[in-house]
This record gives sequence, C-alpha cells and structure tokens, in this order.
Amino acid sequence: MNNDKLVIGGHEFDSRFILGSGKYSLSLIEAAVRDAGAEIITLAVRRANTKEQENILDVIPKKITLLPNTSGARNAEEAVRIARLARELGCGDFVKIEIMRDSKYLLPDNQETIKATEILAREGFVVMPYMYPDLYAARDMVSAGAAAVMPLASPIGSNKGLATKEFIQILIDEIDLPIIVDAGIGRPSQACEAMEMGAAAIMANTALATAGDLPMMASAFKLAIESGRKAYLAGLGRVLTRGAAASDPLTGFLRD
Amino acid sequence: MENQFLIDSEYLSPKALEKKHALETDPSSRKNHMEYMPGMEQIESDVRANVMNQMNTYEYEKYTAKDVKAALEHETCSVEDFKALLSPAAEPYLEQMAQRAKLETSRHFGNTVYMFTPLYIANYCENYCVYCGFNCYNHIHRMKLSMEQIEHEMKVIADSGMEEILMLTGESRAKSDVAYIGEACKLARKYFRMVGLEIYPVNTDEYRYLHECGADYVTVFQETYDTDKYETLHLMGHKRVWPYRFESQERALMGGMRGVAFSALLGLSDFRKDALASALHVYYLQRKYPHAEMSLSCPRLRPIINNDKINPLDVHEKQLCQIICAYRIFLPFVGITVSSRESAEFRNGIVKIAATKVSAGVSTGIGDHESKYNGKETDEKAGDEQFEIEDGRSFDKMYQDLAGEGMQPVLNDYVYV
Repeated sequence: MNNDKLVIGGHEFDSRFILGSGKYSLSLIEAAVRDAGAEIITLAVRRANTKEQENILDVIPKKITLLPNTSGARNAEEAVRIARLARELGCGDFVKIEIMRDSKYLLPDNQETIKATEILAREGFVVMPYMYPDLYAARDMVSAGAAAVMPLASPIGSNKGLATKEFIQILIDEIDLPIIVDAGIGRPSQACEAMEMGAAAIMANTALATAGDLPMMASAFKLAIESGRKAYLAGLGRVLTRGAAASDPLTGFLRD
Repeated sequence: MENQFLIDSEYLSPKALEKKHALETDPSSRKNHMEYMPGMEQIESDVRANVMNQMNTYEYEKYTAKDVKAALEHETCSVEDFKALLSPAAEPYLEQMAQRAKLETSRHFGNTVYMFTPLYIANYCENYCVYCGFNCYNHIHRMKLSMEQIEHEMKVIADSGMEEILMLTGESRAKSDVAYIGEACKLARKYFRMVGLEIYPVNTDEYRYLHECGADYVTVFQETYDTDKYETLHLMGHKRVWPYRFESQERALMGGMRGVAFSALLGLSDFRKDALASALHVYYLQRKYPHAEMSLSCPRLRPIINNDKINPLDVHEKQLCQIICAYRIFLPFVGITVSSRESAEFRNGIVKIAATKVSAGVSTGIGDHESKYNGKETDEKAGDEQFEIEDGRSFDKMYQDLAGEGMQPVLNDYVYV
C-alpha cells in the first residue's frame, strides 16, 4: 500500500484527492490541503489572470502541484492559448483541458478537447483532458498524448454522483492511463464507490465548498477515497446480483 | 401615482420648447417606434416573437399559492413555474424563494462576488427619453472625454485595484462614434482585464470591430418590453426604435462578443411583465447561442438632475428581491448584477442570496474620478451625472464589506482569447 502511487505523466503522488477549481476560497484551499491531503490543486487560469491582492497563486502552498485549467475556452484554439498563458504565469507544465460550448450545463466538448490534447502534448504539457465518458474519445485522447483521462460523473456542480457509472467503468477497463473521476461527485460515499471501481483519483470541489463543516467534509473525502482504493486493491468479493446461489448445483444431473 | 417626467428647461429656445411639447402631447408628431431607421441592420430571429408571446399572455393574477409551492418543489424551474414565482401569489413565500435562490447561487457560483466599475466617457445624447438625466432636452453640463482624459480616468480607477470596467456613453453616434469608442476600448485593454460596453445599439459589423478593439461584453437595457409604453417614454431619436434595441444582444453575439447583459428599468411599466420578458429574452437567446455568457441587471428608476421626484413606484425592495430570487431560480447559471442604484444594506443582503456582481467606486458623471477617488480638486470641469446613486462605497470599502460578510470578492475571472 505504501508503494501505491498515483502516477501522472511520470510524476508521483501519494494523495488521490484533487481539488477542483469551481468555487474557490482561501478556507477551501486550506481544508483541501490539510484535511483532504490534496497534493494537486486545480486553478482556473482566468482567475489567476489578476493583479488582485489575494491572487489565488499566492495562497496555494508551494509544495502543491498546480493543475491550471482552460475554463473559458470554447474551442481547441482558445484552450491552447490559455494553456500557454498558464505556462507564462509560472503554473508549470500540467494542464487540465476544459472546453465548453454551453454556458448552462458546462458539458465538455470531446472533439475539440482531442484536438487541444494533441497540440499541447506535442508542446510538452502533461495533458489531462476533462471529458464526457466516451470510449472512442478516450482512445483518441490516449493516442493524442494525454497523461490521464478525466471523465465526468454527472453535470459539474450538481453533486449528483456517478450518473455515468457504467461508462466510466468501461474507460477504467479499457484505457491504460489513470482515470480520474471529475465533476458531479457530491458525497464521500460516491467517491469511495468510484475508487472501488478502479478510478485512479477523484476530483471534487462543490461537494466540499458547499458543506456545512468544510474541514470535516475534506477529511471525510480523504477517508472515503483511501477506503475505496484499499477495497479495489484488496479485490472485492463476489457480488450476487441475480438472487441467491442455488445450494444444489443446477448441473448435478450430468452423468459424464 | 405616475411619475411626472416632463420638465421644461428655461434654457430651451421657444422653437425647441415647441418641438418638445409637440412630441409630448401629439403622438402623430412622433415616428413609428416599430420601424427600423435607415442604416439599422435587420436580422432573422424568432427570439422576439417567443418573448412577446409569453409576455402578452402572462396573467399573473391567475397564479395561486399552490402554483408557487409547486414551483419551489420542482427540481427544474419551467417557464410556468417562473411565472408563478413572479406573481403576487409568491409574495408571502419570499423567504422560501430566497432560501432556494441561495442554494442555486451557491451551487453555481459558490460565495464569489465579482466587482466592476462603470466609466462614463461622454454624456451627449440625441434622444428624448423622458426619465433619463442625459436626455437631449435636459439642461446639464455635457462633456466628451479626449483619449488623454480617458486614459487619465482609467489610471485612477486601475490604481484603486479594479480590474473590470464597463464603459458607457450617452446615445449619440454623432458625438461618440464607433471609432471613438473603439479607441477607448484599446486603451481600456491596457489597464483592465475585462472590458464591457454599455453604448447605443450598433450593427453586427460594428460590434465585431469593438470586440477586436478589446471589448467582450455588451450591455443593453431594453428599459421596458411593453412596446406601447416604450413609445410614450422614448419620444425622439434612434433609441425610439424598439425592435432594433431588442436585437442588440443577438447582433453583439453574432459579432463575436463573449457575453451580453439584459435588463428592464423597473418602475417604467408593469414590473412583473417586464421581469418576465427580461428573463425570457435571456432564456430564448441562450437556447440559440448556448456558448454565450449571459447576465441580468435589475435597475430601478432613480431621481435625475432637474427632477428629483422620479421613483420606482410599486417596485419596493421586497418586489425587487422577489424578482431577483425568481431570476436566480429560473436561470441558475446567469450572472445577476445589482448596481449602486440600490442601498448598501440591500446590496449586502442580496449578494448572500442571488446577486453575483456589484459595482463599486461609482460615478455616473464624466471625468470626475480624480476628485471622487483621491479627493483632488482639479480645474477641469466634469460632465453631469445620468442619475443619482444610492450606494457610494469606494472599491476598498466594498471589498472589505463583502469579505466581512463572508463573501469572496473576485476582481477578474476572465481571459481575453
């Protein structure tokens, strides 16, 4: 278990909780680092693009790996420009691609995301595309040079949990990169379930940001993710989904 | 009680007075407000018909407490639900509406509140809109800032810490043409992260040009969606053309702008119908342009220079709060701006429920930021204000007050690409 590292683009992490960027406050960052043990924090480049006294870049501890995202991009070209700006701002080489052409649901556009993945991977970025869980798109992202794939569990900010569970399972089974479940995880139990399925990590934000007691919820997520990971590594026991097993074998009548 | 908008200035010539009175008293002296003037682009769009059909058939008295309760229980707010929430039957449920609105706001925006300030660069106007301080018959000090003066104002504002600016002009193409506004946008890009415009409506190619100059958001207030009422308030000038104004946001999006803002001026007409139409204007346009960012404002009528009696009539704070909560529940993803027309107490309260953007360090006059921000008296004369503001808090005070209320003030969440 001690050697169970999350590896993204050759970088190793102990924590499998990643803080998303949707709602940001100083107390949220504190709780994510201290209580949830986050080692990676997402950062919206458009929010860091500021002279503000309390620039988000200044309040994130230096030991944390920044994961700048391209929110605000409506196509591949804009995402590429925002990623390059992130590099100029000193945010490192990680980038989470977010491309949305819908301001209501904020659903990712897989096609444009594949294009941006290819360009940015070629430029040496550690590319982590946020996507709608579609096997073909995920394969294309792998071919394009992605370092991980980040399917959504349900609409962003909705706290609705693993609405796309079956499709995420397909990605976990078929894709050889870390599958990081992103968006929609509302409860620690849902994070645990995703980890039991074999997800490599969980990204969450709203679930913590809107909790009654932020540090306690952060800690609950940490435990749930670790618990789910252990269960996955331990190998889950047999689950009987179609009624009880017959005690007398059905095939006992066969004579030779 | 109706507002008494019509004020005669002693500075007007007999001829001007005669024309003004004719416009006020003789409808036949006014142009057809539904007819486009030469040069005004006409676009194919079904948005107007959709909005107007809904508004014209909206009978808010028929909604009951049962409809309101059902609306509050539904996970997704339908147009019918929204109509119930705007109705008089919803007034006793204001607290429940606020609770639901707060939930939606926190789900979509967390506790962030964006801050901006307006910069008026000219107050010349060619229109006679009876309630507006800039109207062409109102005797005020007129001014148009030179590029040097604009840059000076921008420096003063940028030094205060502000990163988002909304540039405004009076509605005069002759005095403040598109080229002038474009140059001002280029300057603004140097000092601010985000540049919005609130100017007279222009054609798609002109919006495209202004976008290329650095502007990315366009605000146009429809004032009222009641076209008959509109006709009696906007008596002269290009602003009189109601449909061209209605289609401004769509032209702005066609011209490549990232976002658009909408509003009725509450207190001019039936506020429930105007609120319904404003939100549906957003709703139908969002369906057509799903990538666009949309926001709603909710200004109420304010006193102006030479007429301090103007008020928002039956739109009291409770009604305003009801409208804002209904907007939030129906359109949880849109920005809601509450300007300095409202009091500090109201704004402190409403940001905790539904508003996501507030102005600070506001002047609605021309060229007076140096004296207002730094208390520095200058020899240069300033242009008069469009209306009286209620909340005069500076940028610093507003920032501290928001943080003190447990909110996260945000100065920029935008990158120009």
